[in-house]
Amino acid sequence: STLGGRDGRITRSGDRDHPADIISTVEFNHTGELLATGDKGGRVVIFQREQESKNQVHRRGEYNVYSTFQSHEPEFDYLKSLEIEEKINKIRWLPQQNAAYFLLSTNDKTVKLWKVSERDKRPEGYNLKDEEGRLRDPATITTLRVPVLRPMDLMVEATPRRVFANAHTYHINSISVNSDYETYMSADDLRINLWNFEITNQSFNIVDIKPANMEELTEVITAAEFHPHHCNTFVYSSSKGTIRLCDMRASALCDRHTKFFEEPEDPSNRSFFSEIISSISDVKFSHSGRYIMTRDYLTVKVWDLNMENRPIETYQVHDYLRSKLCSLYENDCIFDKFECVWNGSDSVIMTGSYNNFFRMFDRNTKRDVTLEASRENSKPRAILKPRKVCVGGKRRKDEISVDSLDFSKKILHTAWHPSENIIAVAATNNLYIFQDKVN
Amino acid sequence: MFARGLKRKCVGHEEDVEGALAGLKTVSSYSLQRQSLLDMSLVKLQLCHMLVEPNLCRSVLIANTVRQIQEEMTQDGTWCAVAPQAAGRAPLDRLVSTEILCRAAWEQEGAHPAPGLGNGHTQGPVSDLCPVTSAQAPRHPQSSVWEMDGPRENRGSFHKSLDQIFETLETKNPSCMEELFSDVDSPYYDLDTVLTGMMAGARPGPCEGLEGLAAATPGPSSSCKSDLGELDHVVEILVET
Repeated sequence: STLGGRDGRITRSGDRDHPADIISTVEFNHTGELLATGDKGGRVVIFQREQESKNQVHRRGEYNVYSTFQSHEPEFDYLKSLEIEEKINKIRWLPQQNAAYFLLSTNDKTVKLWKVSERDKRPEGYNLKDEEGRLRDPATITTLRVPVLRPMDLMVEATPRRVFANAHTYHINSISVNSDYETYMSADDLRINLWNFEITNQSFNIVDIKPANMEELTEVITAAEFHPHHCNTFVYSSSKGTIRLCDMRASALCDRHTKFFEEPEDPSNRSFFSEIISSISDVKFSHSGRYIMTRDYLTVKVWDLNMENRPIETYQVHDYLRSKLCSLYENDCIFDKFECVWNGSDSVIMTGSYNNFFRMFDRNTKRDVTLEASRENSKPRAILKPRKVCVGGKRRKDEISVDSLDFSKKILHTAWHPSENIIAVAATNNLYIFQDKVN
Repeated sequence: MFARGLKRKCVGHEEDVEGALAGLKTVSSYSLQRQSLLDMSLVKLQLCHMLVEPNLCRSVLIANTVRQIQEEMTQDGTWCAVAPQAAGRAPLDRLVSTEILCRAAWEQEGAHPAPGLGNGHTQGPVSDLCPVTSAQAPRHPQSSVWEMDGPRENRGSFHKSLDQIFETLETKNPSCMEELFSDVDSPYYDLDTVLTGMMAGARPGPCEGLEGLAAATPGPSSSCKSDLGELDHVVEILVET
């Protein structure tokens, strides 16, 4: 099926590229009705899909801004004399249990639980105060009335319900809500903590890979996630390209893994950069819970939970960069952390690349496509044209050569609607939403 | 560490002196560029320490890369330095004292006698220039290398302790740093092709002989200088005595 543009570009800062507006995380909620983005300036912007109207059956619901709030502020750690960035690293939604929406948002050090609720009525007709809220002179009150709720313009308010602070020495890279909906975990470079949503002043440390002597440190935690169905199981990935699956029933401190996933190294491809490019930047369970997907610098891999010694599928994202690794090391691009996502049926996986390109891989047909998220190419209702990178030899008309790629335009964060073919792609400070074209 | 037959530029099928010299020059070019990568990595680590709250993952990956380079240089015999001064550079001091974990890939391959090895043409001039053969290359753990004050003739300007490199780098202001690297003849694109081992059409034949010898070479000695000329000049700029 073709992927169509929908006038999908939503810019929050106009045409100016303000550094604080750089989008740092994108996440659909469990129904896909809401789409949350976090940015470098500590703000969260939530988009809501408008209800499909019966009159315009062919017009899919657009996403419009629903709520904007400042989640985190910059802080100063006086003990270490360091500034703590307000950048939102991750947002994770809780499943909806009542009229309000709840999400977790985190910066490097502090996780917050936000409640987003609507208010469309307000009480009117108080006895002791007038409509402006001024107190009335009791002597003037001759009758009593019952205040009534009257409709008002819809107001969406976000309130911080919990603040989970002071539990991480290192930078938080992941948060994951447990399937029991009572607990969640937060992972930093060396430790993973388990929290109860109701308790903010303590957390359980479930993974600790900090060596006794920090000079012996050679490996860090890069991402972590709970199993979608088994509340005792989670995985975490490392900078050495390994994934560990842990069972919290085995022991309180999950330092010994239940399963250890690692692919043997290919000796013919070995170089000084082998370890860096094997570092896993993202790990995601499939919706089914049977597979995990990992992203390293050049590839996306799908692993079967029952097979630890190698992935079952490997997809090349941009292998033409393999010969450029030294330059990418020099300009630090080799340390870029790309995320990866599953579609709702686990049949297609998506990840970003440079030059505002993003890639999709169909696991069944083994076909892949490269698309671009850019203003020039996103006219309303336009169908995205597949892009191609020319790796050598004669460059065709529509192709772009490797040396022309813009490495400052990187797509690190993408999201896929839980059940429909709607994707959200963050390109620096622009958000693109693309939908399947309906005939 | 490197795929065999790929890490050295192939110099064709010549078996004369020029070919051998060209091969040696290419080998030194590899060492030069490996040194560049080491220097670049140390600069990155240094900048890490200057920054407020550095990214730990990035620092660990760079430090691991430095360690790998040092290990390979120790294998090659190019890493021959006095024990580092006890300084505040604690993490990097630890790096140089880790055990040698792996051998370079070419070493592990075993004996594939190269066509040119038994040939006097290649053996002669090379051995004149760099008398240390593979038999003499250190095989013992790092600690003895540190203590070894050895009668090694070929301590040229390549041999620097980690601290000396560090001092070299930190006494430079940023603009000097750029000049330092801008003097290097080879652009980083070449560094890419050599260091990532992506050499299209690498032909292992005539190179293997040189690999077997050159890997044990600690680096060009003063007797090499006249032969290497411009390359040595570049080397001097890089390491700055």
